[in-house]
Amino acid sequence: MKELWELFITFAKMGVLTFGGGMAMLPILQREVVETKRWATEDEIVDYFAIGQCTPGIIAVNTATFVGQKRKGISGGIVATLGVVFPSLIIISILAGLINNFSDVAWVQNAFAGIQVCVCVLIFNAVLKLLKKSVVDKWTAAIFVLVLLGGVFLNISPVWFILVAAVLGILLKNLEVKRK
Amino acid sequence: MTIYLRLFWEFFKTGLFAIGGGMATLPFLHDIGETTGWYTQAQLMNMLAVSESTPGPIGINMATYVGFTVAGVPGAVIATVGEVTPSIVIILIIAALLKSFRENRYVDAGFYGLRPASTGLIGASCVTVILEVLLCTQVVTTGSLLNGLSWAGAVSVQGLILAAVLLVLTNWVKPTKGLHPIFFILFSAVVGVVFHFAGV
Repeated sequence: MKELWELFITFAKMGVLTFGGGMAMLPILQREVVETKRWATEDEIVDYFAIGQCTPGIIAVNTATFVGQKRKGISGGIVATLGVVFPSLIIISILAGLINNFSDVAWVQNAFAGIQVCVCVLIFNAVLKLLKKSVVDKWTAAIFVLVLLGGVFLNISPVWFILVAAVLGILLKNLEVKRK
Repeated sequence: MTIYLRLFWEFFKTGLFAIGGGMATLPFLHDIGETTGWYTQAQLMNMLAVSESTPGPIGINMATYVGFTVAGVPGAVIATVGEVTPSIVIILIIAALLKSFRENRYVDAGFYGLRPASTGLIGASCVTVILEVLLCTQVVTTGSLLNGLSWAGAVSVQGLILAAVLLVLTNWVKPTKGLHPIFFILFSAVVGVVFHFAGV
């Protein structure tokens, strides 16, 4: 019980300190989990992070589940994840309540109109960064362009694009192996 | 009760199919807003901005915020739990067979196709958002095909200028490009207030 509580508190602390994407969590994770608590080695953390990035879901949650699982089995995985999301639940619920109350105020509307422009640029930058990692040859470039166009012009669930792309990936890779 | 179940289901799907971190959930949240009518795309943009500027992983903050907008505090909890449930199950399975997972040829090949698709979906969200925010267009879809763009006739000139400035500051100017997004969000909020971006 004490160990589970320790997992919860440690990951809740990480939830508060992570500011931005899951990537921002890596240095804090290294300090807390590897150096202070010695729950995992440096190599293990890098592995968890790599897998956490390419499996479904939020990177921070995936990594927390990994570390918790290693420490205390299934219950450890669940408790570490609850810890990492706990601060978000509290902070966002309070903020969301406040913002909803002030959303009719003129300067709040103006501020958010400015912020929306910024969000456009931030999403654009995220796409640029991801492009470098995901588009590695002409096939992946073709998948990117087709999904981009499909996403803009077709009104179908993103789920289908993901499923079809996974199947395509397997087919393309196998063709490649056969040709060689 | 039904709204909670629907909320859980929608976020469960998001957690299961969004690959590559918080931003990858955006196309799914876009889709949820459109099919359920729970929130507008403009609201979603505001939620994204707040999620980037507060502590916690972006993906979790967005799930919590959307859940709160739809159904208050219980909604926030249910959306977040829905989103992390697939992760927990998948990671617990992978952790049990860690080595064979990393070396599996099919897993590797699947991700080869998945990654550009995930990026393409975020790109599509980006295009839609730019059309709405900067070019003031309403994307009109009927049935499953895009029917056309209804243009309000007013390109947001000041919005385009701010976007250009931000693009340069975040990508090419040495002292500012490493800064945390929160600085640019605050800067844009101030610009929005000073230049009356919402026109009020």
